[in-house]
Amino acid sequence: MTTENALAVQGLTKSFGGFALRDVTLTLPTGYVMGFVGPNGAGKTTTIKCLLGMLRIDGGTVEVLGRRVDAGAPGPADDVGVVLDRPYYVSDWRLDDVESALRPFYSRWDGDRWSSLLDRFELDRRRKVKDLSRGMGMKLMVAAALSHDARLLVLDEPTSGLDPAARDELLTILSEFLEDEQHSVLFSTHITTDLERIADYVTFIRDGAIVSTGTKDDLLDAYRVVRGGPQDAPPPGTPGFVSTRRHGSGFEALARAEAVRDLPDGVVVEPASLDDIVIHVGRASDGAFDHAEGSL
Amino acid sequence: MRVVISNTAGVPLYEQIKEQVKAAILAGELREGDALPSVRSLAKDLRISVITTTRAYADLAREGFVTNVQGKGSFVLPASSELVREQLLRDVEDGLTAALTAARVAGLGRDEVVAVLDQLLTIHEEGNQ
Repeated sequence: MTTENALAVQGLTKSFGGFALRDVTLTLPTGYVMGFVGPNGAGKTTTIKCLLGMLRIDGGTVEVLGRRVDAGAPGPADDVGVVLDRPYYVSDWRLDDVESALRPFYSRWDGDRWSSLLDRFELDRRRKVKDLSRGMGMKLMVAAALSHDARLLVLDEPTSGLDPAARDELLTILSEFLEDEQHSVLFSTHITTDLERIADYVTFIRDGAIVSTGTKDDLLDAYRVVRGGPQDAPPPGTPGFVSTRRHGSGFEALARAEAVRDLPDGVVVEPASLDDIVIHVGRASDGAFDHAEGSL
Repeated sequence: MRVVISNTAGVPLYEQIKEQVKAAILAGELREGDALPSVRSLAKDLRISVITTTRAYADLAREGFVTNVQGKGSFVLPASSELVREQLLRDVEDGLTAALTAARVAGLGRDEVVAVLDQLLTIHEEGNQ
C-alpha cells in the first residue's frame, strides 16, 4: 500500500502535568527523512509517543502511513519500526530470546534477515540485552525494525550517548534504508550535525509548540549569520534580527535572510548551520531576542 | 561517476554535485546517453538528503546537461545542445567580468587588458598543441 504521507499530524494537543503540546502540525511525505529537533523537554518524545499510540491525545488528528492513530489504540505495528534511546526488551533476554519474543507480533518477520543483520552489526546472539553497550543496543533495535519489514522508522534520540563511530554507522544504515522510496524516517535528536546532511525535512519544536517545519534547505536558506564591528551592530529591535550578541570588539547575530541587505562594508554574512538556527531561534522564539555583554 | 563533496567548501551540496557532473560531461567522461546513478542510490552513497540530490539533478536538467525520464532515470544529453552552449558562454562571460573587475582595481586600461588576453590565448594555444 502506498500512501502519500508517512506522517500527517494536524493540530495535535496533549497536556499532562505542567507540560502541554500545543497545536502540533507536521507532514512527512513518504520516502524522506525528517529531523525532529529542539531542546530537552521541548516535547519531542511526547509527540513521538502520540504518533505511536503510546499516549492518548487530547485533540487533533494523527495519521501514520495513511492510518488514523486513534486515542490510546496501538499504531500499525508491522509497518513502523521504533528505536528508542535504550532497548525496550527484557534485560535478561539473550538476543536469541529477543527474536522468539518479537516474531509472533509481526506478520512479515524475516528470520534470515535478522540473522544477517546481527552478523553485520557484530551482535553476539548469546549476549543479554542488559550487557549491550549503547551502540549495540541501538543496532539491536534497528535490526529488529528492519527484520519486520518496517516502512517507517521512528527514532527517538538514537544517537545520544553514542560514540562517533556508532553514530556514523547509524547514518549509513539510514541511508541504505532510504534507498527504497517507500521508506521514511522520523529522527529526533539534539545533535543537529547528525541531520545536517541526511535530513530532507526539519521540524523544530520548543516548549510544546512547533517553531518551524519544512524542508531543511528552506530552513537553512531563511537565515544568515552576521558578524561585524561594534559600530555595525543593528540597533536593538531591528526587524529580522533574531538574536544578537554584542561583545567588546563587535557583534554576532542570527538574522532572517531578507534582513541582511544593505549592511555596511566589512560586515560578514555567512550561511547559518542548523545548530546556529536551533540555538538562536530556540532562545528567541517568543519574539526578538537581544542581549548585550559588558564591554571589555 | 566521480563525485567528491566537501562539508567546508561553503558551496551548497546540490551545487557541488551539479558542478562535478557538469565537469564530467564537458570533459567527456560522461557521454551522451550515459545513465547517471539514480537519485536515491547517489543519496545513499554520499549519505546526503534525497531532496538535495533531486535538486542537483533537476538543475542539471534545467541547464540542458541531462534529461530526467520518469521511472527510468537520468541520462546525459549531447554536450552540444543549445542550452549547454549558452551555459558555457555565460561561464566565459562571468570569468571575463571577474577579470575586468580585477583590471579596474589594478588600474589597467583597455589596451593593456586586451594585450594580457592575447598573451594568454597564445600560451593556451601552444599548450594545446
